Amino acid sequence: MRGLAVFISDIRNCKSKEAEIKRINKELANIRSKFKGDKALDGYSKKKYVCKLLFIFLLGHDIDFGHMEAVNLLSSNKYTEKQIGYLFISVLVNSNSDLISLINNAIKNDLSSRNPTFMNLALHCIANVGSREMAEAFAAEVPRILVAGDTMDSVKQSAALCLLRLNTTSPDLVPMGEWTARVVHLLNDQHLGVVTAATSLITTLAQKSPEDFKTSVSLAVARLSRIVSSASTDLQDYTYYFVAAPWLSVKLLRLLQCYPPPEDGAIRGRLTECLETILNKAQEPPKSKKVQHSNAKNAVLFEAISLIIHHDSEPTLLVRACNQLGQFLQHRETNLRYLALESMCTLASSEFSHEAVKTHIETVINALKSERDVSVRQRAVDLLYAMCDRSNAKQIVAEMLSYLETADYSIREEIVLKVAILAEKYAVDYTWYVDTILNLIRFAGDYVSDEVWYRVIQIVINRDEVQGYAAKTVFEALQAPACHENLVKVGGYILGEFGNLIAGDSRSSPLIQFDLLHSKFHLCSVPTRALLLSAYIKFINLFPEVKGTIQEVLRSDSQLRNADVELQQRAVEYLRLSCIASTDILATVLEEMPPFPERESSILAKLKKKKGPGNLHPDLDENRKERSVNGGTVAASPTPSTDLLGLGSTIATQNSAPPVSKGTSLLVDVFSENIIPDMRCLPLAPFPSRFVCKNNGVLYENQLLQIGLKSEFRQNLGRMYVFFGNKTSTQFMNFAASVFILCIPADPTVDGGAQLQQILNIECVSDFVDAPVLNIQFRYGGTLQNIAVKLPITLNKFFQPTEMTSQDFFQRWKQLGAPQQEVQKIFKAKNSMDTEVTKAKIMGFGAALLDGVDPNPSNFVGAGVIHTKTTQVGCLLRLEPNTQAQMYRLTLRTSRDTVSQRLCDLLSEQF
Amino acid sequence: MMHFLLLFSRQGKLRLQKWFTPVPEREKKKIVRDMTTMVLGRKPRSCNFLHWKDLKIVYKKYASLYFCCGLDAEENELLALEVLHRYVELLDKYFGNVCELDIIFNFEKAYFILDEFLLGGEVQETSKQVLSRSIEASDMLQEAEIDNSDYDLELGWP
Repeated sequence: MRGLAVFISDIRNCKSKEAEIKRINKELANIRSKFKGDKALDGYSKKKYVCKLLFIFLLGHDIDFGHMEAVNLLSSNKYTEKQIGYLFISVLVNSNSDLISLINNAIKNDLSSRNPTFMNLALHCIANVGSREMAEAFAAEVPRILVAGDTMDSVKQSAALCLLRLNTTSPDLVPMGEWTARVVHLLNDQHLGVVTAATSLITTLAQKSPEDFKTSVSLAVARLSRIVSSASTDLQDYTYYFVAAPWLSVKLLRLLQCYPPPEDGAIRGRLTECLETILNKAQEPPKSKKVQHSNAKNAVLFEAISLIIHHDSEPTLLVRACNQLGQFLQHRETNLRYLALESMCTLASSEFSHEAVKTHIETVINALKSERDVSVRQRAVDLLYAMCDRSNAKQIVAEMLSYLETADYSIREEIVLKVAILAEKYAVDYTWYVDTILNLIRFAGDYVSDEVWYRVIQIVINRDEVQGYAAKTVFEALQAPACHENLVKVGGYILGEFGNLIAGDSRSSPLIQFDLLHSKFHLCSVPTRALLLSAYIKFINLFPEVKGTIQEVLRSDSQLRNADVELQQRAVEYLRLSCIASTDILATVLEEMPPFPERESSILAKLKKKKGPGNLHPDLDENRKERSVNGGTVAASPTPSTDLLGLGSTIATQNSAPPVSKGTSLLVDVFSENIIPDMRCLPLAPFPSRFVCKNNGVLYENQLLQIGLKSEFRQNLGRMYVFFGNKTSTQFMNFAASVFILCIPADPTVDGGAQLQQILNIECVSDFVDAPVLNIQFRYGGTLQNIAVKLPITLNKFFQPTEMTSQDFFQRWKQLGAPQQEVQKIFKAKNSMDTEVTKAKIMGFGAALLDGVDPNPSNFVGAGVIHTKTTQVGCLLRLEPNTQAQMYRLTLRTSRDTVSQRLCDLLSEQF
Repeated sequence: MMHFLLLFSRQGKLRLQKWFTPVPEREKKKIVRDMTTMVLGRKPRSCNFLHWKDLKIVYKKYASLYFCCGLDAEENELLALEVLHRYVELLDKYFGNVCELDIIFNFEKAYFILDEFLLGGEVQETSKQVLSRSIEASDMLQEAEIDNSDYDLELGWP
């Protein structure tokens, strides 16, 4: 098409934007006249002009004609004309165009033409436009083409992806049918291109209706296993730079991430083998120096690691994955360092690998300091946040604070939020928390949002022990010649409430405090000034001796006649109040603020909003954080302490109503509604034994419902988040979940695909054997469903680890020598006897793992204290593996025989 | 899945745009602007990945052209880099040492090759042989169709 080439070079030769527009307008006029002209255009000219219009459009200019001519091209029997027609339609026709019925007609003809080239063009067009009208017209036809026996491979590929597109845009129009089973079998197809396209389709469909595509798991594992074990030449052109079918491998691994680990032992074993092979290959020398080789190989490796993390069930693989990522953290390729940081974030939330991730803390901190690329540093911040726990919080918060001073502006606010969350969550003494937040304001005051400084005030008000310290610290911070307005806000509020606590010191007498605050007044914005005025009136109550000074300030014209109505009103009212009210009334009105209701920190909600829903694996990651924010205080819950466990409950209402008030209304619900199912007639599902050493995971799953758990325990208290996921597309009615005799009024409906969350507060009153039972009742369709599962609340959850020296250990061991205090069990190993896994399990069990205590280094020794409401029970344990016999001997010594017995029973089931 | 693929020059001139999800024109212009400023502003030897809103951005520079795509959060970044590379290989094989001008003057071919490779934001076929064969086949169809009309009167216009 020379005309087109000439036109394009004309445009390129234009010296200015004006010249270009002029040239384009000339061309548009020409084309319009050709299209409107009397002489009928031949196909070739039509094609050429349509192509020019397309070019003009792609340059960024509007096109308002030519669509009809493009549609005409679709019915040409010349390939190139048809092709250009389809291209124009794909790029320019938006989904609600009037022409859609004409286009659909042309597509229909091409689909039935049996000419594979034409069929492909038509399918590409459906996939590119993907409108509802097209879905309506072809939702039945496309699956038929996909599974028909005589369809050419290339057409099958197009049809699979076309169907995928229609399913994403209009899922309601693409019903599952008898074709679904046949689609799954495309995983066995000879042609790897067909398998690749089909895997994408199946993955998307399986995410929506996992039951229908369950059979794909075994096929996918078989296929993956064949690829992984093939020599690099076996797959011919599907080998990419010496890597066997990387695209297909990644897609298969992704498909498997739609499902839990395979239940069938053989399939599961085969999959584990595949994953091990992939991990092994990472250690082999590269077959090529080309970056394409290492990218493709590592793409498969990272996807395999994602699957391992998703399954979260094989400690050996998790630890290996973590080690592999640890290697990448130091890799010279920036891309790999970036991905390793990103991937480790999710590993950090697995109970098995959290400790292993923590060992890389120095490398990650180093990355934060030395990486040249801001997007890599950002990942390092994310990882530090994910790996933070009580043991390393001080170090991580300190590093993040010092990084904040030089951090890129684009990520400062996020770092501020993260530091604020970590500081609160892991504060052991709240003076550290106060210092941290004040440092945040000092280093990055502009990025400290309101939520952050509200929160520090809430916490100071709720905790007596920190109030004096807070007052002293803000007083000192305010001395700086230039301080951030946020500091003035915090300072004004805290001194107004607790200035009296430091007023005894002559260096911070009431007058000095007031003068200090008032020296900032004129530099501040209206809301801060309003806050300061409130602080002043509080001062009048706290310190009668400065009443005169403050009244004078309030009386000045700049206050009483302030142009801002809010400030003026406050000045007038506060002045009057101070003049007419008696000391008693003043003291009542201006009393210290009552404690704030405990609730989820709004900072978390803010962070979530900021990061957006698509951020990595936010569910896993954020929820892990979330469960223990405010963890320091367990909301007062109605606790009928008739049982071993007092179970109170509160409905999770995200940063809104305080749970306390919800709790009180709960009691009424408990006894008024008589919907307690009879437990005896229900099949009782035990919890998976892995929950003994783990706190999070899927507790129960059937075709309708999935119950997920996240829990945390501290001393004799615990909090459990129960997630009820509706796996169907239909609403559950009359939904109720209850623990023992206590009913939890859940939201009575759970929408299809939706998730409901409940929080259980747990208190261990005395040691116990039986786990509480969770009963769930709801109406699905017409039938009433009853489910009962044991909650994984076991005695060891109330374990606090105790570190001790070898000498201490043996002294205590001897003290607990009475025959009833010791329980011993010898049993056969059910799993492979891996040292690292055993260590992880003992730590997950809750005991401290004591190194160098036992004279035999292959033995494991642990110690800890079980906390109940009334007593604390010291526990010592020793596990002696005998690898030759594949046996273990486990010995428990505690001060209480029932505890020894129960812990021994629980722990011996784990190996 | 891939949400979009953009090819732009060092000067920020857009050479090819492919959208795999419906995006209003205004939004497209905004995304293109964001991508060009973000990617062109990166220092050399930075990593090839970025986060932008809910998407992962993967980009790579080939000679004077930047190839840049936006992916779902669960997609594999390294493999996306190789998707870009395979596309470059396909262009290279078709045009023979492809350069920016080839893509400017034969944009319809570049789109066609892309359609054979990616569909609906997913990889349709990864074999270079299979892809080249189908691209060649369509060229053969084109050859057969060409008649003398190519020597049209437009040569001197204007």
